[in-house]
Amino acid sequence: MTQTTRTDDERFQLRRILTDERSRGIIIQVILVLAVVAFIAFITRNTMVNLGKSGLTTGFGFLADPAFFDINQPLIAYNSQSSFARALLVGLLNTLLVSVLGIIGATVLGFTSGVLRLSKNWLISRLITSYVEFTRNVPVLLQILFWWALLTGLPKVPDSISIGDIAFVNNRGLRVPGPITEPGSMWVLIALALGIIAAVAISKWARKRQDLTGQTFPSALTGLGLVIGLPILVYLVLGQPLGWEIPERTRFNFRGGINVTPELIALWLALTTYTGAFISEIVRSGILSVSRGQSEAAFALGLRPNLTMRKIILPQALRVIIPPLTSQYLNLTKNSSLAIVIGFQDLVSIGGSILNQSGHSLEIVAIWMAIYLSLSLATSAYMNWYNKRIALVER
Amino acid sequence: MKMKTLSGIAVVASALLILTACDEAKEAAAPAPAPVKSATLDDIRASGELKCGINTGLPGFAFTDDKGNWTGFDVAYCRALAGAVLGDPDKVKWVNLTGKNRFPALTSGEIDVLSRNTTWTLSRDVDLGFTFVGVNYYDGQGFIGRTALGAKSLTELDGASICIQTGTTTQLNLADFFRVNKISYEPVPIETNEEARKAYEAERCDAYTTDASGLAATRSTFPDPKAHMIFPEIISKEPLGPLVRQGDDQWADVARWTLNALINAEEFGITSANVDELAKGTDNPEINRMLGTEGSLGKMLGLNKDWAVHAIKAEGNYSEIFERYLGKNTSLALDRGLNALWKDGGILYAAPMR
Repeated sequence: MTQTTRTDDERFQLRRILTDERSRGIIIQVILVLAVVAFIAFITRNTMVNLGKSGLTTGFGFLADPAFFDINQPLIAYNSQSSFARALLVGLLNTLLVSVLGIIGATVLGFTSGVLRLSKNWLISRLITSYVEFTRNVPVLLQILFWWALLTGLPKVPDSISIGDIAFVNNRGLRVPGPITEPGSMWVLIALALGIIAAVAISKWARKRQDLTGQTFPSALTGLGLVIGLPILVYLVLGQPLGWEIPERTRFNFRGGINVTPELIALWLALTTYTGAFISEIVRSGILSVSRGQSEAAFALGLRPNLTMRKIILPQALRVIIPPLTSQYLNLTKNSSLAIVIGFQDLVSIGGSILNQSGHSLEIVAIWMAIYLSLSLATSAYMNWYNKRIALVER
Repeated sequence: MKMKTLSGIAVVASALLILTACDEAKEAAAPAPAPVKSATLDDIRASGELKCGINTGLPGFAFTDDKGNWTGFDVAYCRALAGAVLGDPDKVKWVNLTGKNRFPALTSGEIDVLSRNTTWTLSRDVDLGFTFVGVNYYDGQGFIGRTALGAKSLTELDGASICIQTGTTTQLNLADFFRVNKISYEPVPIETNEEARKAYEAERCDAYTTDASGLAATRSTFPDPKAHMIFPEIISKEPLGPLVRQGDDQWADVARWTLNALINAEEFGITSANVDELAKGTDNPEINRMLGTEGSLGKMLGLNKDWAVHAIKAEGNYSEIFERYLGKNTSLALDRGLNALWKDGGILYAAPMR
């Protein structure tokens, strides 16, 4: 009798461990983690064993070797004697350049078109609709190739389009005058920095004042004046210490000034218009998510439509907009790796060259993944912080 | 319920055990001394086809004919190799590779041999872990530019834009040449040869550089070939040849001696037309040894004794292959030049079959 009860009791307890949701969950998770770890260990060991068999070495030491190849328009000092690591850095900077430019462009384009699509003007809203539907339904790779083909179809060097004889457009890109630093030009840069800081401070102060008193202040105009005016003032006062290098025609092309390659422009245009279309839809959905009562109330208070949009609708819409906007930014950064088809030397393109010249494919792929992962996580972290900041304060 | 979960755990555990066991089995095999029998050769025999890596398309060297079959100078080598190993030149699986993915494809075993106008360099031979089995084309890096530019020499190209395929030795030679001569240029790197050529045609670049053999091929495809000139300078040595993975010496030997057989066949006057006749036996002991009627060269290689007969029957000897795809009567119209036999003023010199 007692015997039976005990077994029943034991059985009952074991069964409880297995049927209890919590303990069962833990068991399954432990097994899953073990399986994943075992799998990773297996493929790592397998790779090492096979690499050892083919007599290949692994490690990142090769990054210190000289690259021996040239890079078109590096943002930092680079020549063919520089190391593979520096070449990778040049690529990373190019990726960052086009990503940042693309994010700025796509945001401006997306917000503008998103608002305009809701316009009551039939022509404008239809135009935006067709832009959005066209660009977001055509693969971005094709769009990059399209813009590149368009830009390389521009007039050839001898027939360059001259803009006031200081800037030139041809199928090798856009060549604009470049600044030559002279003693004193530092002050112009300092004035520019001061102007930006002052503009930010004024807009903050203006917002605070408006929140408190309701009085508005033309902070955007003042800011613009400060950012542009201050450096120009310093420039004139110091007797124009900044020279401009005007591009001059040589046998093959122009020399001097700054050249923006068609590859960069094509990539930027494609990423901007493609991602801009998605952002446009996100913005539209965000605006539509704000209840109609909000704008009606604003109108009832006598706010003009422009101000209603800026002060009432958009701040509330941003809560809906920011999370999907973040993933668009991430997409844009990752899509920039398609640069390879037109020969823009981004991280993937230069990494590919290194992979080929050094043969260290595993290491290069690992570096690629680590860098894109860090870029994405950094963007997400920033956007999450921003999202928290603008979140509706519940009272 | 208990039984179910327990058996689940057992399944996972046994799966882990199997994984570990596989791992150990592999490790046990790894440090063993190099096998006497060639693993690659056995694999090819077992699967009944040779996996050969070729270009994605380069006139003369690897291109599709009007029936859609791959053909060309580099393709012919693989067909000869398939003939030597399997007795049938058609038993080849073609794998088209770009400049970038050709080496990983060979390392990973996706292909058995790479016959894709690849330059033999020390770092590729040693550091990448490959074995070059010989040279089937002595090339050099050249430049093509528009006649209208009026430049007669590369040293006049100061400030020019130059289109180039990425990940090639040409990319490195270009940087070296312009650095040594202290000339500035704008490199325009493009992923494939085809796209680099298109960029040059769109006048994105003033000049375009690749192997000199490829330049002739490229120029022949332009609408107006006369508007383009090939610069006189050849800035590098580019010995192109097939390569295999390091570590399987017997397979490397088979690949090397198939190439030598094609070159020696030209020297001895063995052609695809007369090879069957000569294989019945001749007065020339060298021919007899090669074609298997005397000695046992085939057995030493681990092949049939008539291996060279099948290799030569595939597309003919070196001269026949060269003339068919690159020679005077083709659109490339290349001279034998350095690629003539040593007897004829070139440097093609295959080791004796003995």
